Amino acid sequence: MLKSLLGPGTPQPSLLDRLKQGIQKTRAGLVTKLDDAIYGRKEIDSGLLDELEYALITADVGPRTAADILESIRQRVDRHLVSDPAELRGLIREHLLSVLESVERPLAEVAEPPLVVMVVGVNGSGKTTTIGKLAHRFKTDGRSVLLCAADTFRAAAIEQLEIWGTRTATEVIRQQQGSDPSAVIFDALQAAKARKVDTLIVDTAGRLHTKENLMAELEKMRRTASRVVPDAPHEVLLVLDATTGQNGLEQARKFTGSAGVTGLVLTKLDGTAKGGIVVAISRELNLPIRYVGVGEQADDLLPFEPDKFIASLFA
Amino acid sequence: MFDSLSEKLQRVFKNIRGEGTLTAENMEAALKEIRMALLEADVHFKVVKQFIEGVRQKALGQEVLTSFSPAQQVIKIVRDELIAVLGTHPSRLRTANQPPTVVMIVGLQGSGKTTSTGKLAKFLSKSGHRPLVVSVDVYRPAARQQLAVIARDLQMPLYAGTPEETKPLDLARSARREAEQTGRDMVLIDTAGRLHIDDELMAELQELKENLNPTEILFVADAMTGQDAVKSADEFHKRLGITGVILTKMDGDARGGGALSIRHVTGQPLKFIGTGEKFDALEAFHPDRAANRILGMGDVISFIEKVEQNIDQKKAEEMQRKLIDNEFTLEDFRDQLKQLRKLGPLENLIGMMPKMGPLKELKDAKVDEKELTRIVAIIDSMTPRERDNHMLINGARRRRIAKGSGTTVQDVNNLLKQYAQARKMMKSFTGGGFLGKRMAKMKLPFFDNQN
Repeated sequence: MLKSLLGPGTPQPSLLDRLKQGIQKTRAGLVTKLDDAIYGRKEIDSGLLDELEYALITADVGPRTAADILESIRQRVDRHLVSDPAELRGLIREHLLSVLESVERPLAEVAEPPLVVMVVGVNGSGKTTTIGKLAHRFKTDGRSVLLCAADTFRAAAIEQLEIWGTRTATEVIRQQQGSDPSAVIFDALQAAKARKVDTLIVDTAGRLHTKENLMAELEKMRRTASRVVPDAPHEVLLVLDATTGQNGLEQARKFTGSAGVTGLVLTKLDGTAKGGIVVAISRELNLPIRYVGVGEQADDLLPFEPDKFIASLFA
Repeated sequence: MFDSLSEKLQRVFKNIRGEGTLTAENMEAALKEIRMALLEADVHFKVVKQFIEGVRQKALGQEVLTSFSPAQQVIKIVRDELIAVLGTHPSRLRTANQPPTVVMIVGLQGSGKTTSTGKLAKFLSKSGHRPLVVSVDVYRPAARQQLAVIARDLQMPLYAGTPEETKPLDLARSARREAEQTGRDMVLIDTAGRLHIDDELMAELQELKENLNPTEILFVADAMTGQDAVKSADEFHKRLGITGVILTKMDGDARGGGALSIRHVTGQPLKFIGTGEKFDALEAFHPDRAANRILGMGDVISFIEKVEQNIDQKKAEEMQRKLIDNEFTLEDFRDQLKQLRKLGPLENLIGMMPKMGPLKELKDAKVDEKELTRIVAIIDSMTPRERDNHMLINGARRRRIAKGSGTTVQDVNNLLKQYAQARKMMKSFTGGGFLGKRMAKMKLPFFDNQN
């Protein structure tokens, strides 16, 4: 289970419902297809397995994960462990859940604040919006937050973060566009220490994982951070657009290599996207999913809990 | 990362005894690999299915070409099919009869609309248009400011809007009026990102369309999009009737299989690809290059075709004879270089080579196009006698040649040295095997005919 930053014992009663609502489309996608495939079938034959593969692949779980799942089903069928198509739904559910649960680990905690959270990702995945929502979430939990505008590259990125700062009444440490992002981080960390804030969230410029110089810049930012606060950044969140396909794996791999990603945030899950790529990423890279973004409002960011995620998928 | 499809196919056929012919059985194994490659490239499942069926039909009906191995034949069929689906020609932007031409740029959040708008404005102004840009994204924080900064950097006129104008339609209308008044022939409208299932926002786009009568509605799609690309493109197309697609973030390592899916479901052409963060990183879409990328392969067949198309058969035979008789003069050298240039940019040629086997060393080869131009200029500055017999070229002649070609004596020396080396190498080599074995090592690659 994910120990969210909500603090102890503050479960929102509406959480499951909101998650359900937010990812309704997701559900309509994968589960409807699975149900359609299974419905009315008397036995498990190759036609049914094809349909299942279709449902899994169009959910972006990737051809390899899909092949894995089908293989385990086939084996069970061969050994006469299952024969009723209706059991398949449960099997797939279990399989997906076990993949997601096996990578769960609690969020980093620090003995002495600030907790430094760095947010990275490719262009347009939703980093700045996620940070706005994260700030809102931490604030509602009664934590003090400081934002760091280290995306000094994209036009108006700093202004975008500042608007989120105003919305959530959070201060933003910034410099001019075009300045060295590591310098901004340095300033922000000094400020965070001086003001004794609980959490510092660092926005970084979107970059494609194939740009080596930009990935090296991330490494430098990490080094700078760790010089001011040992072990910082404590959490490095990779923001991933839920519509991302198999390239998401490569993104996760490269960002983990350079930035030391510790968890994923899946955004834009309110589309028809299925976010199946997170299953592939969890499976191959052993990274937990921390949050999911399900809308454009400040409170549209929910902590990710595999059992609830899967439960709402299969509800 | 992924093995390239061509490598996989070669392995499939190697594992089958008597790989000489294409049979129904070994075809199945090949199709399986193709299917996996396409799925990994994020081509939509259903599109893959239809596609594979098409390839199967074509492959089995095909007469056996002895000059290609089965793997190569399959690759060729797949590639031809891909290109057929992607569209055979690069397509261009249309303009309205009565300017200003209105271009709407639409898409999901974060696909790269604003950046593409800036790039497109630059692209258009380079080709003689006078675009005006306007952002009607009244939702995302600082979105309009983002476009304003881009326009300022590009020194491109932008309609900034008045404080009263808070509706996208008002902004767009005023922008068009401003374009008419200031003699701008194109208006690029950057719209807010939206999910295709957001009914309200999709209706807003329809309203914009009805009132502005845009000539082009470009759908901006992220090359990294997965299986969902189909749905969003389809929905945008249904609601708006998009006229083209810009595929962004192609400078990453995404295979861009979404391109195939989008084209398949909308039938609309891919017009541009975004290939970098700089504002000139927008290119016209080339179906053949996209096909290669989706397949993740160096394209040996089109390379061979290209060589065959462009190398003059007679000249090639003549060259072969000269090479053997060691009559290879500087004049011939220049001809070879010129033929080579006809094949197109060398970087592309190298991109087409399979990065394996004897040509492995070419992988990181960098070719300086200017270098070739310089060499041709140097040879051009020689007298016919000098070209015929390079031994004539003494210090004074070298100075003259350098002056005539705008190079230095050192450049001339270098060229003569390379030429002498090439001649020497030819002496040691008789007949075939040249292209494969020597080319990688030579500083100045040129081709003989390999039939």
